[in-house]
Amino acid sequence: MSDIKKIKDEYFLKLSKELDINQINQIKTDLFGKNGLVSSQFKQLGKIAEDERKKFASELNNVKDELQKLIVSKIEEIEIKEINQKLEKEKVDITLPERPFADGKIHPVSQVIDEISSIFSEIGFSVEEGPDVENEYNNFTALNTPDNHPARDMHDTFYLDEKKELLLRTHTSPVQIRTMLNDKPPFKIIAPGRTYRSDSDQTHAPMFHQVEGLHIDKDINMGHLKGCLNYFIKEFFEVDKIKMRFRPSHFPFTEPSAEVDIGYEIKDGKIIIGEGNKWLEILGCGMVHPNVLKNVNVDPGEFQGYAFGIGIDRLAMLKYGINDLRAFFDCDYRWLNQFGFDPIDVPSSYRGLSR
Amino acid sequence: MKITSNWLKEHLDTKLDENQIIEKLTDVGLEVESVEKQGGELDDFIVAKILKAEKHPNADKLRVCDVDIGKENPVKVVCGAPNAKEGLFTIYAPPGSVIPKNQMKLVVSKIRGVSSYGMLCSESELKLSDESDGITELSSNDFKDKIGENYFPKKNSNVIDISITPNRADCLGVRGIARDLAAAGSGKLKDLKENKLKKDGKQTVSVKIENEDNQACTIFGSCLIKGVKNIESPDWLKEKIISIGQKPISAIVDITNYVMFDLNRPLHAYDVEKIDKGIIVRNSKKNETFTALDNKEYKLDEGMCVISDASGVLGLGGIIGGTRSGTELDTKNVLIESAYFLPRSIRKSSKILNIDTDAKFRFERGIDPLSIEQGLKKASNLIQEICGGKVSEFDIQKIEKYENESLEFNPAMFEKITGIKIEKDEMTKILNDLGFVIKENKKNLQLKIPTWRPDISQEVDVVEELIRIKGYEQIELIEPQKVRQKETLNKKQKLFHFLQRAVASKGYLEAITWSFTDSKINQLFLEKNKEIKIVNPISSDLDVLRSSIFSNLIINLNKNLDRGFKDLSIFEIGPTFLGKKPGEQQTVIGGLKSGKIFRQSWLEKERLVDVFDAKSDVIKSLVEAGYDKENLYYDTETPSYYHPGKSGRVFLNKGKEKVVAYFGDIHPNVLKKLDIKIEALVGFEIFLDNIKQPKKSLKDQKTKHKFSDFQKSERDFAFILDKNFQVQELIEIISNVDKNLIKSVKVFDVYDGKNIPENKKSIALNVTIQSSEKTLNEDDLNKINQTIITAVESKLDAKIRS
Repeated sequence: MSDIKKIKDEYFLKLSKELDINQINQIKTDLFGKNGLVSSQFKQLGKIAEDERKKFASELNNVKDELQKLIVSKIEEIEIKEINQKLEKEKVDITLPERPFADGKIHPVSQVIDEISSIFSEIGFSVEEGPDVENEYNNFTALNTPDNHPARDMHDTFYLDEKKELLLRTHTSPVQIRTMLNDKPPFKIIAPGRTYRSDSDQTHAPMFHQVEGLHIDKDINMGHLKGCLNYFIKEFFEVDKIKMRFRPSHFPFTEPSAEVDIGYEIKDGKIIIGEGNKWLEILGCGMVHPNVLKNVNVDPGEFQGYAFGIGIDRLAMLKYGINDLRAFFDCDYRWLNQFGFDPIDVPSSYRGLSR
Repeated sequence: MKITSNWLKEHLDTKLDENQIIEKLTDVGLEVESVEKQGGELDDFIVAKILKAEKHPNADKLRVCDVDIGKENPVKVVCGAPNAKEGLFTIYAPPGSVIPKNQMKLVVSKIRGVSSYGMLCSESELKLSDESDGITELSSNDFKDKIGENYFPKKNSNVIDISITPNRADCLGVRGIARDLAAAGSGKLKDLKENKLKKDGKQTVSVKIENEDNQACTIFGSCLIKGVKNIESPDWLKEKIISIGQKPISAIVDITNYVMFDLNRPLHAYDVEKIDKGIIVRNSKKNETFTALDNKEYKLDEGMCVISDASGVLGLGGIIGGTRSGTELDTKNVLIESAYFLPRSIRKSSKILNIDTDAKFRFERGIDPLSIEQGLKKASNLIQEICGGKVSEFDIQKIEKYENESLEFNPAMFEKITGIKIEKDEMTKILNDLGFVIKENKKNLQLKIPTWRPDISQEVDVVEELIRIKGYEQIELIEPQKVRQKETLNKKQKLFHFLQRAVASKGYLEAITWSFTDSKINQLFLEKNKEIKIVNPISSDLDVLRSSIFSNLIINLNKNLDRGFKDLSIFEIGPTFLGKKPGEQQTVIGGLKSGKIFRQSWLEKERLVDVFDAKSDVIKSLVEAGYDKENLYYDTETPSYYHPGKSGRVFLNKGKEKVVAYFGDIHPNVLKKLDIKIEALVGFEIFLDNIKQPKKSLKDQKTKHKFSDFQKSERDFAFILDKNFQVQELIEIISNVDKNLIKSVKVFDVYDGKNIPENKKSIALNVTIQSSEKTLNEDDLNKINQTIITAVESKLDAKIRS
């Protein structure tokens, strides 16, 4: 048996035992140190006969590689073991509370406005806005509601001057007037925003939210109005089928006018939209009155179309099962937390309006 | 407008039952608000006879009665009425019934030790009259065979309450509603019954409509009925009046009311003896007064339409009569007025005086001016029938002539507006049924509009009539097209949404508060802005438009602190108001953060919220909305509601064009004034209208991606500077030394105290230096080091700290 083989066998045996890092280092020195066993063998290379040398060298190199590999893996093994031993002692109780994080919320009214905008965006409406303070003309007169019109009684108006020329808008309809005065037809807009009426009780707040819709073009008729609202209601309540009823009504700024009811039922104390045989009034609409179009310099002979107004707060209440309107504006931290939405939950058409 | 189906059927020949009628009403635009069972609660009341009435053993004023209620055994009822005596026929309410007057539900109860089964009722308790002294006394003749029967006739008819829209004046009378239903195919409108009326002599009370400017009374018709006996109304009339929620008064008053509700023809009755000479219809003079039938005295403005006599004002024409000339039970001679008043004037006067009456409600919507005689006829007929008397000829004074308006209607309009077709025959039938007179004229219809429809003046009005009667359900739905020609949101609206959600994602709960607030609180945040008062606030603590989001938000924050919360973050995005003209408003985000960070955390050391929390939330939100943090610029001029030393202003750049935001500690004086008790409160405001929109959109802003793989080096510096010096400038100077090489400047320590001269501070910075062309050697780095030190020392009163 050659020396090389002997070294190999001997040290393979040694290295197969449980060793600590010092022992391995010792073996390393024994083998590859200046006078180590393997190093010494290399020194003998010159003394070996030429015809044997090649074979010897190759054998020696192989053994050297094998031993080195074994030593490296042995060291790694020990290091891993040491780390593992160390980690044993580092165990924490991961059921302890995490580092606190702040959890912000979007108000349900804002969320619903985004939902509404997303739905109408799909069918080509863009968003317009108008000021909260309006003049009497835009809020009433231009909307075919002159001073002596009894319809004004339905709007309890907040005034900012004694002459009653400046007021807080009682509906979002003046945005129609502003939009049409500033631009040329066709118009296809929605206008969400704050509105104000001076009554306050369980079901009325002095401030609430509406979204106005307006679509004026050459041949927009009541069929389009029906289609648009049917689409909206279905999308908004995220149901396949909706029961909808158009009822004749009256608004000075539309003719013909309609109120729209949706079918619902109460199941286990929860309101289910789209089923049942009860009716719930949710919006007012109609064909824009020719007088309104004239007031904004649009030729009613050439252009016509529809407008609608929807109470946003009420929609939010229906969709998300909120039963007190006043709570929307109370800022109760607990309420905001419960009914608010995560800010990353942005309503969109491709991902769905709500989770 | 309340009706009953029985009343309706006096005008409408219909086979429909009540439910079908109700459905049809809603279909044609007469929205049924409620259907109340009429007199349902009265079904329990029974005709009874007191068999025995004995003194209560334990109470002097009470009696224990044995009452025959038609059952085998009489019941025992304890009664306190002085007139409860043996043999009396009266009305008995059994246990379980509800007393109409006070809605009390009767139970069997012990009264001073004696059980009482039910109650004997007074007229007032049953709302039959105001008579409350004692129980109802029924005539023994009429009721002796009726013991045990219901006192009130059972009624099948419910009260249907219809919400009449302001355009439908004609439906403020039962006949108008019947006409609509007939047109919609629900039956046939009956002809009005016309009893022959024998007229005796002329109407002798002189009536004069003054020919003045703005005379609001254009027709005044009247008739005189002499020798009447004004009595209580007969039962059929009382019942009618009660059925629609009105109170019977006397035959003459009830008749005028009945005609108003039946035909939508308001009338007024005068006691002729109380009219001084004759009637003059004129404009009021300033400060004239009169006492109206509601027993209030009214002081009039100039130019209100009054009915007067030689002694003064008798009543406000078309709005309310006066007590001076009102009819009473002893009235002998009556003058019935049937007039027409201009809606505009009625509305104006009643608004100023704040009077709302059934007559006013009708006149301001527009009464049929051709119904004057019809009203007089029906009323005088009834008065004669019930109260007797001689009816005079009608006297009609008028200063204007009314006739049907004409309108040319192009039938094609219908399809153009509704999208569906209608046959011409159907069209003319509907219009005829609604009272239009039609003359065909080539392709158009020549329409005469019924005088009871003041709301119809244009072709679309006719379209509405047609589709309303035909049925909205006939309109065919057209699916919307999913085509978008314009972006849904403009840049400003996008910014609104970005910032709204950016702020929320920093842990703030979004609140929505009123746009108006308490002037006393708003005062704290008003600064140099004008206070904008609401003339008619809903309450005195919501009397101004808010000048700041904080005005309401801080109060609501405090309410939450009162609920026991401490560490709160809330914000609102919405308008604040700078002036009272439209558009003088700003869109602002206001945020408030209170209490501590890491309160009682096992993990982190707790600390108070501070100005740098507020700053961080503002800056991060701006960065998320797309603004470059490096360009933001700060100074310390902030409104007085912020802590003067711990607050700042943010600009988008050094040019300081517009304030983009404020942030800082809320001034302790504000907390004190509002009695807010919390360890710390910081806030911020972001002014969306001041945030300039980047010209380029994001896709154009992204430049070619360049980065350096050469080694970067870091060098630390510490400078000693003036204590009030702002670090923003130091960073700027260093960054500007070589923009290509200096990649970042980080402040890692601010120190004053030991080893630092008084009024000085030390600022330590870490500067990252990296070239995009080569690895910098020691020489290069030293050079830059030196340039930085020189630049800082030469431009500022600063020293490198060695």
